[in-house]
Amino acid sequence: MGGNVGYQLDFSVVWDALPSLLWACLGTIGLAVSGMLLAIVIGVGGVMLRDSRFKPARWAVMAFVELIRNTPFLVQIFFIFFALPLIGLRLDPTPTAILALGINGGAYAIEIIRGGVQSIGKGQIEAGLALGLHKAQVFRLIVLKPALRAIFPSLTSQFVLLTLTTSVASAISAYELTSVAQQIESNTFRSFEVYGTITVFYLVMSWLLMRVFDQISRRYFSYPVK
Amino acid sequence: MAAANASPAPASAQPMIAMRGVEKWYGDYKALTDINLTVASGEKIVLCGPSGSGKSTLIRCINHLEPYSAGEIRVDGTLLGDDRKTIDAVRREVGMVFQQFNLFPHLTVMQNCTLAPMRSRGLGKAQAEAVARRLLDRVKILDQADKFPAQLSGGQQQRVAIARALCMKPKVMLFDEPTSALDPEMVKEVLDTMISLAEDGMTMICVTHEMGFARQVADRVIFMAGGAIVEEGHPAEFFKAPKHERTRKFLGEILGH
Amino acid sequence: MGWNEFAFLLRGLQWTVALSLVGFIGGGVFGLAVALARTSGQPLLERVTAGYIGLFQGTPLLMQLFVVYYGLALIGLKLDAWVAVSIGFTLHASAFLGEIWRGSIQAVPRGQTEAANALSLHYVSRMKDVVLPQAFRISLPATVGFLVQLIKGTSLAAIVGFTELARAGNIVSNQTFKPLLVFAVVGALYFVMCWPLSLYGAHLERRFAAASR
Ligand SMILES: Nc1ncnc2c1ncn2[C@@H]1O[C@H](COP(=O)(O)OP(=O)(O)OP(=O)(O)O)[C@@H](O)[C@H]1O
Ligand SMILES: [Mg+2]
Repeated sequence: MGGNVGYQLDFSVVWDALPSLLWACLGTIGLAVSGMLLAIVIGVGGVMLRDSRFKPARWAVMAFVELIRNTPFLVQIFFIFFALPLIGLRLDPTPTAILALGINGGAYAIEIIRGGVQSIGKGQIEAGLALGLHKAQVFRLIVLKPALRAIFPSLTSQFVLLTLTTSVASAISAYELTSVAQQIESNTFRSFEVYGTITVFYLVMSWLLMRVFDQISRRYFSYPVK
Repeated sequence: MAAANASPAPASAQPMIAMRGVEKWYGDYKALTDINLTVASGEKIVLCGPSGSGKSTLIRCINHLEPYSAGEIRVDGTLLGDDRKTIDAVRREVGMVFQQFNLFPHLTVMQNCTLAPMRSRGLGKAQAEAVARRLLDRVKILDQADKFPAQLSGGQQQRVAIARALCMKPKVMLFDEPTSALDPEMVKEVLDTMISLAEDGMTMICVTHEMGFARQVADRVIFMAGGAIVEEGHPAEFFKAPKHERTRKFLGEILGH
Repeated sequence: MGWNEFAFLLRGLQWTVALSLVGFIGGGVFGLAVALARTSGQPLLERVTAGYIGLFQGTPLLMQLFVVYYGLALIGLKLDAWVAVSIGFTLHASAFLGEIWRGSIQAVPRGQTEAANALSLHYVSRMKDVVLPQAFRISLPATVGFLVQLIKGTSLAAIVGFTELARAGNIVSNQTFKPLLVFAVVGALYFVMCWPLSLYGAHLERRFAAASR
């Protein structure tokens, strides 16, 4: 046994830091939401390029997806962190983290969205056209909702995963829960108390997110399928 | 030609559909060869032929789900081009029923029927629903109006699909094997609906292998093979004395001789 | 970046491989126990293992490593960083593999269990001879997919201070002032490990989809 015998848990430092920890939770959610929005933009754009007639674009998208999915996010965020200044972009750590999260999430979003679009049968589109609807109407009135329904479960669990991934952004000191916890820890040395507490915060956040998404999916996608 | 006599329309009237020298190429595969077909208003055509003979391709060219490569197609006088205006005009006059029903799963039966009249014909909701109710009643499915497609049987779904197409008040109805995806016990309810539609004077082109239906309803039966029209005639003659060897062979196969 | 630095990265790579293997094998053993408990039909066992899985799926891997690392220190175990992160990854992997294998066990048709019962096979034989071999086949694509996740996940051991590939990259990058080159090389090394596995997983999935059609 080492020198830790008789160690007393002391959550008072956590209690004192509670306001800043709770604010940092908002930072985490903000990071995740912005990252996810960027990921969806990349996802939609990527799908369009991925299925375009322009072969180099298809290859580029496929390479991007494989590259991102087969390297750690930590390495990606470091790479982006150091690469941005070289192309003349001076971003703070938090926007840099959003960019990295968006790029990482985007690679997964491409696959998810592509699956959703492919799940809509050609017959649905033809039936809409045969009824005299225009292409844009067919997309908006006929394709969109079933496609959203098809991708909703994977896209939302991807969002929860991205929310948990934000903690890695502490490696470049972006503003989010883990970074704030690390500051408190380095001032108080109450490592277990601080990290244990924010682990519970993460758990609550991901649980709440899943509940919210479940409610949304019940409300908007409740039509029966065979 | 016997077929011309069978047509009920007066000779002077403008044909509902006129196809002249129509060809269709998929890359370097020729799916339709020199199709000449005139369909008078109120005429009922049954199209048959072996798999891959171009039946679907032919009727899908009529509403431009497939662009045709050569020749010309006129629908109620309108020359079908590649521009959006004529395509829209033609699609509003031509209803289509698919083998796989293709109802929209996220919309109720009623919404399936009112979508296009509201969005494409610009009808108000009340008006569109009144039309839909009348036509759903006609295909005997009004009591299911608030259900979703997945809650209906195949036969019911196909009747809804027919009502949905009729809600656009089309002048022509195209059917692409409307009963092939159905369980046998549901075929009759769909055929009965089609027969009643025919009795009301709708212009119809039906791709089907239901030869009983052809005998009862068709003014002309057309046999296709290899992308071309091989033979056509009034059902009485067509079934009794087919002229071509390929027709005889095909009829032998599907009638189970 | 010269040969010395590259050799240093390769030593980090060895630790990444070692950590992944330990996590995967340890996680596999405990994960099997989790999966069996999760499908045992005992309400209490099922509830507890469901909570265990939910805990690991609902929190960041980095926090899991921190809590295990500092938690072990707290109860007086002064362990090497290497042992502490190994325990962390083993627990992490046991929850994720447990959930994957639960799904696979439940995907084996019920008739198989019923047939085994009708042959009066007892639990061990029913599982070992009938259910698990089939579940194993079903789970293979997802299991390989998780291995890729795990290899990438071991990079977080760097933040706890353990010198595997990612941290080796950090160190070299600080020495050479060529972060971009170093992290590109580090990324490439991860890619070389993960990509073949991903391709293999996708191949298995396609084969499985074709077979079950
Ligand atoms: N999109 C396409 N691209 C290439 N070839 C096609 C395409 N659609 C159809 N074809 C080919 O054109 C030919 C005619 O097809 P079509 O679907 O019109 O046949 P069909 O008579 O309706 O057959 P079936 O009874 O099987 O429905 C077939 O040889 C088919 O392979
Ligand atoms: Mg066809």
